[in-house]
Amino acid sequence: MKKYQAQIHRCFRCGYCKFPTDYSAFNCPSYNRFRFDTYSTGGRLWLTYAWLKGELPWSEHLAEVLYTCTTCKNCTEQCPMKFAPDIVDWIIGARSDMVEQGKIPARIKRFLESVYSYGNPLKIPRTERGAWANGTKKYSQGDEYLFYVGCLGSFDENGQKMAKSLVEVLKAAGVSFGILGNDEECCGNEVHALGETELFQTLAGKNIEKFKQLGVKKVITLSPHAYNVMKNQYQGMGYSFDVYHYTQVVSGLIKNKKLKTKDSEFKVTYHDPCYLGRYNKVYDAPRNILQGIKGIKLVEMDRNRVDAFCCGGGSGNFVTDYLAGGEDSPARVRIREAEQTGADVLAVACPGCMVMFKDAVKAEDVEGKISVLDIATIVKESIVA
Amino acid sequence: MADIYEALVKIVDKDYISTSKEERYLYGRDPGLMPPHEPDYVVMPAKVEEVQEIVRLANREKIPIVPKGGGLSLTGLVIPQKGGILLDMKRMGKIIEVNEKGSYVIVEGGTTHGALKSYLQKHYPHLRHSIPDSPPIATVVANAVIHGQGRLTQQHGFNSDMVCGLEVVLPTGEVCKIGSCAVSQYWFSKGPPMPDMSSLFFGWFGTTGIITRMALKLYPCKKLRDVMLFLTDKADLVPDIILKLGRTEMMEDVVVSAQPIPLRFKGNFYILAFITGDTEEEIEFKKKMAWNTLWEYFESKDGGFVSLVSEMKAPMMSMPSKETTKFADVSKGGGFEYSGPIAPIEKYPVFVKKLADLAEKYNLFYASSARLIDGGHCMMFSFSYTFNRAEPDSMVRAKKALDEAAEFALENGGVMWKPNIDEQKMMMARMDPNTLNLMKKIKQLLDPNGIMNPGNWEVS
Repeated sequence: MKKYQAQIHRCFRCGYCKFPTDYSAFNCPSYNRFRFDTYSTGGRLWLTYAWLKGELPWSEHLAEVLYTCTTCKNCTEQCPMKFAPDIVDWIIGARSDMVEQGKIPARIKRFLESVYSYGNPLKIPRTERGAWANGTKKYSQGDEYLFYVGCLGSFDENGQKMAKSLVEVLKAAGVSFGILGNDEECCGNEVHALGETELFQTLAGKNIEKFKQLGVKKVITLSPHAYNVMKNQYQGMGYSFDVYHYTQVVSGLIKNKKLKTKDSEFKVTYHDPCYLGRYNKVYDAPRNILQGIKGIKLVEMDRNRVDAFCCGGGSGNFVTDYLAGGEDSPARVRIREAEQTGADVLAVACPGCMVMFKDAVKAEDVEGKISVLDIATIVKESIVA
Repeated sequence: MADIYEALVKIVDKDYISTSKEERYLYGRDPGLMPPHEPDYVVMPAKVEEVQEIVRLANREKIPIVPKGGGLSLTGLVIPQKGGILLDMKRMGKIIEVNEKGSYVIVEGGTTHGALKSYLQKHYPHLRHSIPDSPPIATVVANAVIHGQGRLTQQHGFNSDMVCGLEVVLPTGEVCKIGSCAVSQYWFSKGPPMPDMSSLFFGWFGTTGIITRMALKLYPCKKLRDVMLFLTDKADLVPDIILKLGRTEMMEDVVVSAQPIPLRFKGNFYILAFITGDTEEEIEFKKKMAWNTLWEYFESKDGGFVSLVSEMKAPMMSMPSKETTKFADVSKGGGFEYSGPIAPIEKYPVFVKKLADLAEKYNLFYASSARLIDGGHCMMFSFSYTFNRAEPDSMVRAKKALDEAAEFALENGGVMWKPNIDEQKMMMARMDPNTLNLMKKIKQLLDPNGIMNPGNWEVS
């Protein structure tokens, strides 16, 4: 029996999982969006247990309730019980059972099939993976870092801008690095979160094999999702390497004066990505970058760091978009929260968050009032040649 | 069914109406031990007019309505015993007004205690409300409806005693204001000096109306807070000890805990005295008063204060109390329930003995938390037992223990707090017949079609 099946009945459905630390709002993105208790973590765990016991048959709705979880781990932080660290794994375990039984919603099926066929969830031919790079050097032995770009960085328009900005920043600082281009595989973080264990193993295996062949010792990722999966899932799969999110590297470059930045004058608020913050406790590096650029004033949203409200894009939702629609969609809520700080810029460190917020700014009709910029681009714009 | 769904869609945004098996399953049960029963519809209204229209529809169609807050009573009070419409009130979660000089707040019917606590801390840090030990999703209104208790209950009575105004949708659909707000724009009194009709809605578990707005008294939030722990192994002394603490009129809250594990807890009674103050001098003075009032027990070697480091104090002082919720996982089974009689304080020793006896008889893990109410007029004593949701037998045993505890409490002069429908029947069987008849008349008058949370307080 899988571990989650033996433990899942332990949820008391107390509801702490719905809140941030100060209880000021609902901090579970899917519960805030849909408001039925079924869409909270406690609700999901009870429904899953009912399904396992045979009290509830599988249905498209049951599966959608499970798949609207963004795996943001707010519940893990707030649950008072000893099993709190395992909650999200239980949800992933239930998804995995559904995948094994071929009982998954159409949107999830399309996502997974696309990764299987195209190597990315956006259904873009894998031969175009390196097209954004415009001559960026491919990784070769001896380079200090491999820059792992990821699916959104390779294929999404905004993600590509982030990737290009980071390349310029790294070059300006004299960092020795290269990319994999068309040889890069999807990192598999979302595939893992969606419960497709076998496909995840395949993707991770291919990446690890490549890293091994090339003798990669250090990886920089654009996405916190890739950072997370390489740091926490790849290790122990046959090859060890160090992995850094780009904000960790760039903050070091600024601190060590490898980058000279000019004065800027704007007010920024920063959104903590779940896979960087709650998953890996990287809260300071992005803030250190912003505060390291003279003239930038960093203001915090009410919900920040461990209490940051998820953009709604995790667990493949940046493609499947289950949480979109309406004023309560997490990204729109977050944009309003950012706007309340009076910031000119909402800074992000994740291409998934970027996708979600770019859409939300339009939906909220505040394009002229607040800009969504990634930290790599903010740094690039500030560099003195 | 289809007609009713179509009618509901005309009242509430269809995104907030569900007839799906999944929502019906979840809203058909609570974390306690009462048998499930599913609603036919789960509906989340956003404003009072929607609640009114739903109530009118239910009257036309003669279908039940069950209003729900956090659903954490554990005694099945919002399990729709006869199906119908379950109204999840949490979309009505606004904090409408804080009247600072009048020291009250007006909230909507689905505002959570967590949200109110957070709002006051941010905007009115010098004011507070009585926060219950239940998780933060518990709603302010539903907690008052069940006569909940909180951190200020020792000083100010049940949380329902702190209410100072209501807006209610009556079972026939009219919106009715109760208290000073019925004649004034101020919500400072729930009744006096007029007839107090607020009691038509507290303790009735939604059988007499749906509260859509409520005013709640706020109290000074002092700058400092501390807790003292007095330990004794003599249950017979506990009533006098907690009464003496209460009668100093200096304690924020007085709570007694008893449980068999960890081993150091077994046979001991942990009396927590919470104090607040604006200065260190005030805190020290109150501590000294507590010491002085209990000095005789120290001299007779019957008990003493235990020194606490800040790491030990933090979980004791957290509001709401995460420690209380953790009890559900003691048996790694996801469940606990407590039978919580409101009872004379003098009954503490026999209650605590019965608590352990029943645990042994039914092979259960137990705990109890007793809270002094209103300076010492009575206490809430919880007979708490854990169970394992994956082991049906443990659930049966826990339910039997709780039923016996309820019978015992009633025989010993207690009155069940938030009674489940079995306990309601036990109480009604003992109730003065004229009182029972009055309840029946009130229900019939207010709810002629019997649509409101049927199954609860059903007088035959």
